[in-house]
Amino acid sequence: MTQLPERTEKKLGLVIDLDTCVGCHACVVSCKGWNTENYGAPLSDQDPYGSAPSGTFLNRVHSYEVQPEEGAAQLIHFPKSCLHCEDAPCVTVCPTGASYKRVEDGIVLVNETDCIGCGLCAWACPYGAREMDAAEGVMKKCTLCVDRIYNENLPEEDREPACVRTCPAGARHFGDLGDPDSDVSQLVEARGGVDLMPEQGTKPVNKYLPPRPKDRMDRPAVQPEGDIDVLAPLLKPVAEEPKGFIGWLDKALEKI
Amino acid sequence: MHPAPSVIIFTTLSGLGFGLLVWLGLGRPDVTGWMAFAFFAIAYALAVGGLMASTFHLGHPERAMKAFTQWRTSWLSREAWLSVMALIVMALYGAGLVFLGTPWTALGWLGAALSLLTVYSTSMIYGQLTTVPRWKTPLTPALMAAIALAGGALLAGQAPAALILLPVAAVLQVLWWVRGDMALSRSGTDMASATQLGDIGAVRAFEPPHTGTNYLLREFVHVVGRKHSIKLRVIALVLGYVLPVLLLLAPFTHLVAFLAVASHLAGIAASRWLFFAEAEHVVGLYYGKR
Amino acid sequence: MTHHQPKIETSPKVSDEVRKTTCYMCACRCGINVHMKDRKVAYIEGNRDHPVNRGVLCAKGSAGIMQHNAPSRLRAPMKRVGPRGSGEFEEISWDEALEIATGWLAPLRAEAPEKLAFFTGRDQSQSFTSYWAQNFGTPNYAAHGGFCSVNMAAAGIYTMGGAFWEFGQPDWDHTKLFMIFGVAEDHDSNPIKMGIGKIKARGAKVIGVNPIRSGYNAVADEWVGITPGTDGLFILSLVHELLRAGRIDLDYLARYTNAPVLVNMDPESPEHGLLMRDEDGKTLVIDRKTGKLTPFDQKGVQPDLSASYRHGGITHKPVMHLIAERYMDAQYAPEAVAGRCGISADKIRTIAAELARVAFDEEIVLDQEWTDFRGETHKQMKGRPVAFHAMRGISAHSNGFQTCRALHVLQILLGSVEVPGGFRFKPPYPKPVSAHPKPHSKVTPDSPLDGPHLGFVQGPDDLALKDDGSPVRIDKAFTWENPMSAHGLMHMVISNAHAGDPYKIDTLFMYMANMSWNSSMNTGGVIDMLTDKDENGEHVIPHIIYSDAYSSEMVAYADLILPDTTYLERHDCISLLDRPICEADAAADAIRWPVVEPDRDVRGFQSTLCDLGARLGLPGFVNSDGSQKYADYADYITNHERKPGIGPLAGWRKGETGPSHGRGAPNPEQLDRYIENGGFFVKHIPDAASYYKPWNMAYQDWAVELGIFDSPQPYIFDLYVEPLRRFQLAAEGHGERQPPDHLRERIRETLDPLPIWYPPFEDGGIDTEEFPVHALTQRPMAMYHSWGSQNAWLRQIHGHNPLYLPTGLWEANGFAEGDWARVTSAHGEITVPVAHMAALNENTVWTWNAIGKRKGAWALDKDAPEATRGFLLNHLIHELLPPKGDGLRWANSDPITGQAAWFDLRVKIEKVAAPAESQPGLPQIHSPVGQGPDHLEWKVGK
Repeated sequence: MTQLPERTEKKLGLVIDLDTCVGCHACVVSCKGWNTENYGAPLSDQDPYGSAPSGTFLNRVHSYEVQPEEGAAQLIHFPKSCLHCEDAPCVTVCPTGASYKRVEDGIVLVNETDCIGCGLCAWACPYGAREMDAAEGVMKKCTLCVDRIYNENLPEEDREPACVRTCPAGARHFGDLGDPDSDVSQLVEARGGVDLMPEQGTKPVNKYLPPRPKDRMDRPAVQPEGDIDVLAPLLKPVAEEPKGFIGWLDKALEKI
Repeated sequence: MHPAPSVIIFTTLSGLGFGLLVWLGLGRPDVTGWMAFAFFAIAYALAVGGLMASTFHLGHPERAMKAFTQWRTSWLSREAWLSVMALIVMALYGAGLVFLGTPWTALGWLGAALSLLTVYSTSMIYGQLTTVPRWKTPLTPALMAAIALAGGALLAGQAPAALILLPVAAVLQVLWWVRGDMALSRSGTDMASATQLGDIGAVRAFEPPHTGTNYLLREFVHVVGRKHSIKLRVIALVLGYVLPVLLLLAPFTHLVAFLAVASHLAGIAASRWLFFAEAEHVVGLYYGKR
Repeated sequence: MTHHQPKIETSPKVSDEVRKTTCYMCACRCGINVHMKDRKVAYIEGNRDHPVNRGVLCAKGSAGIMQHNAPSRLRAPMKRVGPRGSGEFEEISWDEALEIATGWLAPLRAEAPEKLAFFTGRDQSQSFTSYWAQNFGTPNYAAHGGFCSVNMAAAGIYTMGGAFWEFGQPDWDHTKLFMIFGVAEDHDSNPIKMGIGKIKARGAKVIGVNPIRSGYNAVADEWVGITPGTDGLFILSLVHELLRAGRIDLDYLARYTNAPVLVNMDPESPEHGLLMRDEDGKTLVIDRKTGKLTPFDQKGVQPDLSASYRHGGITHKPVMHLIAERYMDAQYAPEAVAGRCGISADKIRTIAAELARVAFDEEIVLDQEWTDFRGETHKQMKGRPVAFHAMRGISAHSNGFQTCRALHVLQILLGSVEVPGGFRFKPPYPKPVSAHPKPHSKVTPDSPLDGPHLGFVQGPDDLALKDDGSPVRIDKAFTWENPMSAHGLMHMVISNAHAGDPYKIDTLFMYMANMSWNSSMNTGGVIDMLTDKDENGEHVIPHIIYSDAYSSEMVAYADLILPDTTYLERHDCISLLDRPICEADAAADAIRWPVVEPDRDVRGFQSTLCDLGARLGLPGFVNSDGSQKYADYADYITNHERKPGIGPLAGWRKGETGPSHGRGAPNPEQLDRYIENGGFFVKHIPDAASYYKPWNMAYQDWAVELGIFDSPQPYIFDLYVEPLRRFQLAAEGHGERQPPDHLRERIRETLDPLPIWYPPFEDGGIDTEEFPVHALTQRPMAMYHSWGSQNAWLRQIHGHNPLYLPTGLWEANGFAEGDWARVTSAHGEITVPVAHMAALNENTVWTWNAIGKRKGAWALDKDAPEATRGFLLNHLIHELLPPKGDGLRWANSDPITGQAAWFDLRVKIEKVAAPAESQPGLPQIHSPVGQGPDHLEWKVGK
């Protein structure tokens, strides 16, 4: 149903830590594996062993190089999948009702048997979260592993999205962002989590934790005050020559 | 955006067809019998042909009926309803003209309104998309409506109206282009907002997620060279508007009228190709492309 | 209006059954849950109980289903019918294949076993394959460590009885500062990611030293974009700063290292530079309590770091004095090294200060009592929460051994090895170098070799030399050219065999080693050597047998193919005798088992060796009646005993009263027990034994109980590595075994017992002004060697590889997106696509490793992007240094270990018009398996 629910009982989503993601693509492939075998049509691949391989993926890891005004450039790995927006434009544009947002948890899903494959939802999504499967002709997207997170055939601890379960660096977190006391909400609060393209008005549920400040050792002359500074003052010599060092050594050994 | 032939044909032909239906519903030209049949046949061929073309880009055209369900929120669903209603009403109205020689004026006005609304709903499929700043403007429905009405007038032989509407459409077209060229940069969406990394420094896409292509790149990233774009814009303006106006000013012959319509159609097709090909979807920013 | 939404099944059946085995998509050896549907593999995820990966799994592991089903899988044994390199084969039966192999090998064993060279690539069953080779009797066996990372392994073992990766790990739970050198996606990939995640979650800091800021270095809080090959200099400058400031752990150095051990300082003495020892060979120190000379390990001894000793007219100084004299020299001052390293002096000082601050001012203490080997009981465990990790970036240089040594010396000076928050060993490490075997190379026709091939030499007497001084081994391991080549030199085998230097061989037998492509330096040259014929029209290397599971580039160059299974179709053991999966807190080993049966006529390579070994009558592989001893590898894993009670697997052996771990008789149900337990065995180290392991008697006793040692083996770390000094003494003219004259100077200069830095050899052999740019490769996290390209999912992520150029080079050459460059080294040239990267050392270019593919290989289309835009840097690297005009072949290797120095590469870059394809373009090889399908809609449980 393409009308968005007025409110959802939960806001399940992901928190992605850009300070920790090493860009390994584990989430990408784990997602591909689970969602090929599970919810809806398999994620197909065209020309998989040929000159122009291309397939459907619900999660992809970008990388950006950021050049500060001073100092070294930084490289940031940037996983991106459906953000399960509160005001999901992909849902309202859908002519058939195939796209919908669940009342109970806010997950945005595609009911594949209703999908005509017009692609308009992908046009409406600013994030590139939806991909038309070239073999099946229906729109595929992140389901937040709706067939895992409630799955009674899985052990309790495995009831989380495949990408979160597999992430080696622990850069992906899953939970209820509608509950201010949840671990994910606390993490967003503590680390200043942000929305992507907030000006698009989509109100994404998924949040991104920005990278922590880097390369502070390149500015040793600046010694900030208070507990922000973790850098040590430069070392004070006890000796300039081996002879002096051995003299110091004798004295130092006395104290042990 | 990928300039898919199906959507170019769809919007161009159905726009012209519904534009013609607007004029027919208004009783201009005031025709009955075979003459009316001919006009209606042309209008339906264009409108329905265009709609048919649009189904070619569907993954599952056999499920197209489901598209009638979501009129509350979806412009595409609304377009489905409006087009069908317009076609039914105008069919009844046309039947009156063709078989009974009777213009049911009120029905005609209703059909004309529905036809115009159909064009509007089509335009809103694009005009609603915040993700494509070039499209997200009231100028988009204004332009599409103007083109439909001008083209319809041209086809309907309404030279005086066409001589006003064609220049109006041309002006709107130019305005739409001028605005469109600045739309992405003024939209507030850029790589910094997309990645939220702008506070650190200048953001540049490094490695793409996959070395190969994907649906998103195929569908949303299309680069038109600046020179190519100017050339096509000139062609669109000349063929779509200038030449038809000049031909209308020339002594009327059927050949001249046919040439005017053909030129207009070719010009609008070129404009429509640019409409898609030049439209930057913000998802391209994630790939460092536009 | 109310909201309607479809009802969906949120509890679908996940699978019929979960089979737990061990991943093989890289060398990490994670536990995996293989979900089965309709007896087929449906989904693979990490095993939460597994000690290595705790449930997580990388991209490669998660793509295992595509690897297991890859269309490039070989289908049956094959014999070559076209010319070598053509890829034209005929499928044959196993009987015929093994008869052919036996026909070639049996005569060699009877007359000249050394004419078989048996080398394995990404083998993880080295204790088995070496046992086979030993039984065959050839000295020419090794795995791929020589071109992988032997510098790291050997430097670690010689210095501190263990190294990184499977030898040890940072104390992820306690460390506050983690510093990595030259680490890209490499060994231990998931544990490092998990560890970085763990310490980041705690807010601890990471310093990444790497010319390239990608992957782990991208998330590092501080990036040190060092010039390649200068890490050793940078590290010694840090040592310089720490010594000057007296910020070293004197107590730790006195107790646990040879810093207090006395060194003969008399330049005239034949023992100059050797350590002072008692009659039992124990090194001597001065006891601070008594002022007397005493063996280092006596009860209650407090070794003195400072006292000298004069005896028989000879002054003996403690190693600590030598360290101070060496590293306080101005040549190691930050200003002196800054330019060369590409790091500002201020930054070097800041890093030194930060290391010292965290190590000493943020000391951590665990309330855990423990007793050391001198009998002293300590109430607490004191920790220096600075942990280091390093990998190939510092290792694959011709100065790599000494650089790795320098890093270990830095760790030890900070007192941060085997302490809370520092670097910790994983069983069976720590293990003193003296407890390792020495190399064996005595060949007797028709008999096994006299012992294990590989080991750790202690001096010239242990070299593998014939009476005439020529090398015993085809790869010249354990010779004066590279005395401490503990892993052999796989990269020299084909080159030496082709040159007949030191002798010709008959059969080259290789397993999983893509030598005609990405696993060789000088790929084109190696292809020529493999196909070259002598004046009689016979191949210079007469027979080549190759085993692989897939249609790799190397398949085309073999005469006989023994097809291996995929990793889900085989038995394997990841053994404590080999390269186990232990953690710092536990000993562990694991198995693979056939979760599915092969649907092709293929056999696990190790099972094939059991059969072939029996056909050849190898003593370890036949019963007394001559019949085959091990039916297959599973039989070997279960029943083989290396010594009584010790076998390949430690878990669930048969004790006198029931199951026994570590020691015990073979248990016919052992594999079943492993399968029941999720494919692995783990035994935790007691808390009192968890740190200070080399000196902690609780650990030593635990290790003996588990069968890791036969008796406690406490030892002290060797800041000063005496075996190196023994080689130097020989080069100075002492002793009977003398190096050839052309190597004397190099040995004197490079085999220094204290770490030194010297420029990479390539810099000395070429014009560095003509070739100013360093060229590196890194392994992508989503690919492993060549394997990923046949994987339909992974090759979409890395289908081709640009050469990344730093901003300066990019702009100076006027490059734009889509441009190509000609890259030239002293050895060759390639023409490849380029891309810009700002987060890169200004004199370095790099690309992803092993993405480029040969047309026709891996069941890919001939126009696959891997072949048309992908490329190998290997074409630019030679296994030999440029000729010096002395007529000798100088290996492009570390002079101590023989490690291939492929990161020494220097190039120049020019912009050129885009060619049709990456150059050099080699002709297409015929695919013995055809090409993969043109679409995939993979779903098992449809």
